Amino acid sequence: MSKQINVALIGNPNTGKTSVFNALTGLNQKVGNYPGITVEKKEGICRLPRGVKAHIIDLPGTYSLNASSLDENVVIELLLNKNDKDFPDIAAVVSDVENLKRNLLLFTQIKDLQIPCLLVINMADRMRRRGITLDIEYLEKQLETKIVLVSTRKQEGITELKQQITNYKELSTKPCLNASEIDPDYFNRLRKAFPNQLIYKLWLVITQDVNFGKTNRNEFDGVANFKTKSKGDLKRLQQKETIKRYQFINDVLKKGQTIDRSQAKDLRTQFDRILTHKVWGYLIFFLILLTIFQAIYDWSSIPMDFIDSTFASLSEWIKNIFPEGPFTSLLAEGIIPGLGGIVIFIPQIAFLFLFIAVLEESGYMSRVVFLMDRVMRRFGLSGKSIVPLISGTACAIPAIMATRNIENWKERLITILVTPFTTCSARLPVYLIIIALVIPEGRFLGLSYQALTLMLLYLIGFGAAIASAYLLNKILKIKSKTFFVVEMPNYKLPLFKNVALTVLEKTKSFIFGAGKIILAISIVLWILASYGPGKQFKNAEKIVKTEYASEHLTEDEFQQKLASYKLEHSFIGITGRAIEPAIRPLGYDWKIGIAIVSSFAAREVFVGTLATIYSVGSDQEETIKNRMAGEVNPILGGPLFNFASGISLLLFYAFAMQCMSTLAIVKRETNSWKWPMLQLVIMTALAYIVALIAYQFLK
Amino acid sequence: MNDTLANLKRGESAIITDVSSELIPLKLLEMGCLPGNHVELVQVAPFADPMYLNINGSHLAIRKETAIHILIERVHE
Repeated sequence: MSKQINVALIGNPNTGKTSVFNALTGLNQKVGNYPGITVEKKEGICRLPRGVKAHIIDLPGTYSLNASSLDENVVIELLLNKNDKDFPDIAAVVSDVENLKRNLLLFTQIKDLQIPCLLVINMADRMRRRGITLDIEYLEKQLETKIVLVSTRKQEGITELKQQITNYKELSTKPCLNASEIDPDYFNRLRKAFPNQLIYKLWLVITQDVNFGKTNRNEFDGVANFKTKSKGDLKRLQQKETIKRYQFINDVLKKGQTIDRSQAKDLRTQFDRILTHKVWGYLIFFLILLTIFQAIYDWSSIPMDFIDSTFASLSEWIKNIFPEGPFTSLLAEGIIPGLGGIVIFIPQIAFLFLFIAVLEESGYMSRVVFLMDRVMRRFGLSGKSIVPLISGTACAIPAIMATRNIENWKERLITILVTPFTTCSARLPVYLIIIALVIPEGRFLGLSYQALTLMLLYLIGFGAAIASAYLLNKILKIKSKTFFVVEMPNYKLPLFKNVALTVLEKTKSFIFGAGKIILAISIVLWILASYGPGKQFKNAEKIVKTEYASEHLTEDEFQQKLASYKLEHSFIGITGRAIEPAIRPLGYDWKIGIAIVSSFAAREVFVGTLATIYSVGSDQEETIKNRMAGEVNPILGGPLFNFASGISLLLFYAFAMQCMSTLAIVKRETNSWKWPMLQLVIMTALAYIVALIAYQFLK
Repeated sequence: MNDTLANLKRGESAIITDVSSELIPLKLLEMGCLPGNHVELVQVAPFADPMYLNINGSHLAIRKETAIHILIERVHE
């Protein structure tokens, strides 16, 4: 069997590195995490000519090998660790033809590590439009590499790229410049002290906080102590290195690249004139958000209704097909309604991920960062906080990870702390079903009331995030050096393949992640709801018969009374009644209480839980929505889900920190339990108080 | 008084003459903000902050507080 070739894709952000990755691997890819940290790890398999297979890793984007974030560190750690099973046989440096100069900085650094290196120049289809011509032969010679021109948009150059990867053994491992000239004395001493090591490797180890695995640590023992220079001196030397590299690159490109500006047609300027305009820029941003919410609501209602009724009839079908027994009822009343409660939200979650992917891919997100920085700074946030706050509408977990590129620790911490207020897709199930129950249909200025309510809830979440950021900014006493750099990439039409793969991947992981929890919880709930302690539960039939002896119940009515009696005296009923006093002031009954408690693990469990509880309590085939609409308030009469209790529930979910995974991520990213615990206590208290006020005021 | 990047108006161009090494992050240098490079102010957000720059073909935005540490010489055209 032939050996797999390890290929690492490395490059600056916004070079289309992921498009190259998608073009090479297609659907043969998987997304996971690097062990111990939450950096996303993308890897895939690519079939090369002559039956060779390549294992391809899409490394996080970085501007250089001088890491300033966890994501960038991953790149260095892999490149320095020969023992890593993913250590590349070949590094394919992906660059953007329009930003060749800047992209080559990283390339020259990787060359110094003496790894076989291939230069992939992406977006080659733009060359003519931008008036760029390249002297490939000259560049290959100067840069000691092979160059492949690729256009992922036009699907050009991919075959050639695969060919070059196959021939990786022929690639030169010679550095293309001598960086140690910046301080010959120092580097000579270093060389003498560690004669067996690569000089550039040593330099990286000295200047970075590289976290090596156990196997590798001995190799660099003592290097970190080779500190004959102060921190300031080292920084100055790094700057000198950067300037040196740029000098080399400038010299090479002067001959190897010609840009005829008269040929360049640039849409960037025209677009930016409007999209970053002081007035139009903000207006357009607002309109885009409005469109997204309206679309999520309107476009997904048809597939959602279909899914809802499909699951209801599936339950019914199973009940009819299988013999009656605990297994059948667990399936029909526990698992299927529970899963239905999550599957129903696939359309909306997919739409949300779709919009976010398009905003990111098109380059528009950077403009929003630019527009919002000044405003956000007033609240102790950074313009870059807008990305977590927007992608937090999908899920707080990737959003909190996206705070990593915020350079200032205080701004980053505040962003992490307030992001869970934004309305994530797990709240959507709860919102949608309650809105459908308590907000009337009808339209105002062409927008439905229900969509407007949803929009309002998003604004409340965003407002809560901003307001608490403002308070945190005043309270937290953290001094940290601030700086802010954001690249403004050129506008691009999003590639269908990239967007589709992102949506597919994210939706899949949402459904399976949530699905596992929901499946487990619905089984537990079903058991707790179907069995109870003591004589009251055992003799249910007798008790109900005696109680209603005077009334002449039909068989159906009797069964219903029996079912609801059993539920009340089951384990879950008893627990629910115990906590009822705490939640009655908010307008909830014990069933909602159980749903709130079980949704503590994850918000979307709420709907699944209610679905399970209600289907245990009834016999008929019905959709979740209809069952909830039919619930009666045990004390006041009238529907349980009325305007007051509905609003109270909506607000509770708007503020409550009901997501264990988010707490875990916050713990990881802040490296302390203090912050997630603070979030949990404050958000839950806030949720309770607001819901209480709302219900007492509206009832 | 030396002219800094923060004084540039929209549409104006200059050459970067010096970058204060203590106050400017390495990352900015790596993105092309180096002495000798040509810089153009493409767009400003309200209150002229942040600033959207084109440095030698590299487009990026920085805050005014960073821009005051970058010395420039105007290009007279």
